[in-house]
Amino acid sequence: MRSSDVLRFARDAAAGYPLRTSLSVLAMAIGVAAVVVLTALGDGARRYVVDQFSALGSNLVIVLPGRSATGGFSPANALTTTPRDLTVDDAFALTRLPSVRRAAPLAAGNSEISANGRLREVVVAGTASTYLDIRSFRMAQGSFLPEGDWSRGAPVAVIGSKIKEEIFGGSPAVGELVRLGDRRLRIVGVLRPVGQGLGMNTDEVVFVPAAVAQSLFNTNTLFRILIEARSRGEIEAVKREVTAVLKARHGGEEDITVITQDAVLATFDRLLRALTAAVAGIAAISLAVAGILVMNVMLVAVTQRTGEIGLLKALGARGATIRNAFMAEAAMLSLVGAFTGYGLGLFGAFVLRRLYPVFPAYPPDWAVIAALGTALTTGLLFGIMPARRAARLDPVQALMKH
Amino acid sequence: MALIELAGIERVFHLGDSAVHALTRLDVGIEAGEYVAIMGPSGSGKSTLLNLLGLLDRPDAGTYRLEGRDVTTLSADEQAAVRSRRIGFVFQSFHLVPRLTAAENIALPMMLAGMAAAERARRVATALKDFGLEQRADHRPDQLSGGQRQRVAIARATVMQPAVLLADEPTGNLDRATGDDVINLLEALNAHGMTLIVVTHDQKIGSRARRQLMMEDGELKFDSARPAAVAG
Ligand SMILES: Nc1ncnc2c1ncn2[C@@H]1O[C@H](COP(=O)(O)OP(=O)(O)OP(=O)(O)O)[C@@H](O)[C@H]1O
Ligand SMILES: [Mg+2]
Repeated sequence: MRSSDVLRFARDAAAGYPLRTSLSVLAMAIGVAAVVVLTALGDGARRYVVDQFSALGSNLVIVLPGRSATGGFSPANALTTTPRDLTVDDAFALTRLPSVRRAAPLAAGNSEISANGRLREVVVAGTASTYLDIRSFRMAQGSFLPEGDWSRGAPVAVIGSKIKEEIFGGSPAVGELVRLGDRRLRIVGVLRPVGQGLGMNTDEVVFVPAAVAQSLFNTNTLFRILIEARSRGEIEAVKREVTAVLKARHGGEEDITVITQDAVLATFDRLLRALTAAVAGIAAISLAVAGILVMNVMLVAVTQRTGEIGLLKALGARGATIRNAFMAEAAMLSLVGAFTGYGLGLFGAFVLRRLYPVFPAYPPDWAVIAALGTALTTGLLFGIMPARRAARLDPVQALMKH
Repeated sequence: MALIELAGIERVFHLGDSAVHALTRLDVGIEAGEYVAIMGPSGSGKSTLLNLLGLLDRPDAGTYRLEGRDVTTLSADEQAAVRSRRIGFVFQSFHLVPRLTAAENIALPMMLAGMAAAERARRVATALKDFGLEQRADHRPDQLSGGQRQRVAIARATVMQPAVLLADEPTGNLDRATGDDVINLLEALNAHGMTLIVVTHDQKIGSRARRQLMMEDGELKFDSARPAAVAG
């Protein structure tokens, strides 16, 4: 039998039993669609995080208190606090390093802001004038924190766009007095909206000089020191020099962790890639289930068409011909199912992107190839058994079933 | 040389402990172009014999020579090739593929044999014309009458121009008039030289054949070609 005839025969056979055929096509389609949508979700999360970190500013190096065991970055030890303090003086000392373009201290805490008769919880970030350029923020109105001695802060504040909106609405905020905790501060600037970054929504942050924040929270420690290297190539030098300087300043003890944006990115990238792969693996189980369904559908087909198989043998069909016809049918079910599922999955990812425009939910290529490949192989693999059963049927017995 | 030579054929079915001797000590020769009716009571082994002649089944003992060639020792694929080219089957229940049209059903053996589409189409057209089915080419089996279905089945059985046509109760599912039409059709094919072997319960149909084989309990009780030799 010619291969084109085998294919046509298999196609007609599949079309001859629409319910059974659409059922297995559907199962296969759902499996593939699940892989495509879920990996689009996972990879979307990865891209989202990577984009966020890229938005932090280039050549960023972050110093945090506490020594991490591996020297690398992990979300766990980023959160641990240590008794050893990181101070404003430490931060200032780093500005004199040759490889450092800028450095900014960062003290953080929660407080309440009240002004214009309104009260609101805010995140307070105590920092310095250099922070604006390190993070590549832009001003909407006024100016950022003034330059000057980091250990003696002026009673001024810069507010994020959302705070401005909620407290002052359309009226100007620059020049107004606000109460932050027990301090009275004058607003000198409003930031342009930037959105999420470094784990906090910058639009809901009040920036004050580091010294003001420290006295507000009655502490002299820093949460972080942010550093911008002179160039990408000098990031390693920054790491080395910063570690050396702070070690000297801390009585010879290396009690800080220096992390680079690259390292953070690489970690998140790895983490979310692993997550995506895991999700893909789980979704792939539905493909195996679909494969088993195709097998059962084909077994039913063999039983239902036993008489026909007997006839084909009486008409001179070889065992191999019958096997090929049933294999082709299973392959077609899987193929149509896989591509329908691919289409459905792409549509699902499209809907996701429409619903959450910030979320780049595109399925990664490897996932698409793996899903289609798995669908076709399971379909074929699970098609072998029923096809062989059909080929081995005894023609006399088969012909009696009609 | 006879077209079909059976010598010492035995066929035993085992059902648990008991053995059913469906065919015993069978020696028959059939010449090319003969018209043979196989008759006998139910369970006498008629269908078993026909399946054996059609290479759908293998004997437990004895030899079967078709056109001088021992076909019992052939591999399954070689037997399939012989079925494809030399043997045509007609069944009591027609055995048409329900999703295929009359034309497609007729084309089936040629498709299985890997014949080119153009040659297939040519032969199907001829067959439809010869069997008066031109108006029914695109009808599916459920849109055909019983007689038309059996005509499609006969067209399919003969389209490869086999050496022998095997028919098991070809009129069993048809009324008398339609059955007679089908027998006339088969006899016309025989008149053109095709060897015809028909299994039937019907005395009237059986007596129309030039040669009768009477089966009983798996044995050949009577052969009209050799009245003295077999009886007893
Ligand atoms: N697959 C089988 N397994 C067991 N016994 C079988 C099998 N096929 C046939 N037989 C037995 O062999 C004997 C002959 O059967 P066969 O079908 O050839 O009879 P038949 O002459 O065609 O009968 P009918 O006129 O009813 O069609 C019967 O006793 C039957 O029960
Ligand atoms: Mg019978």
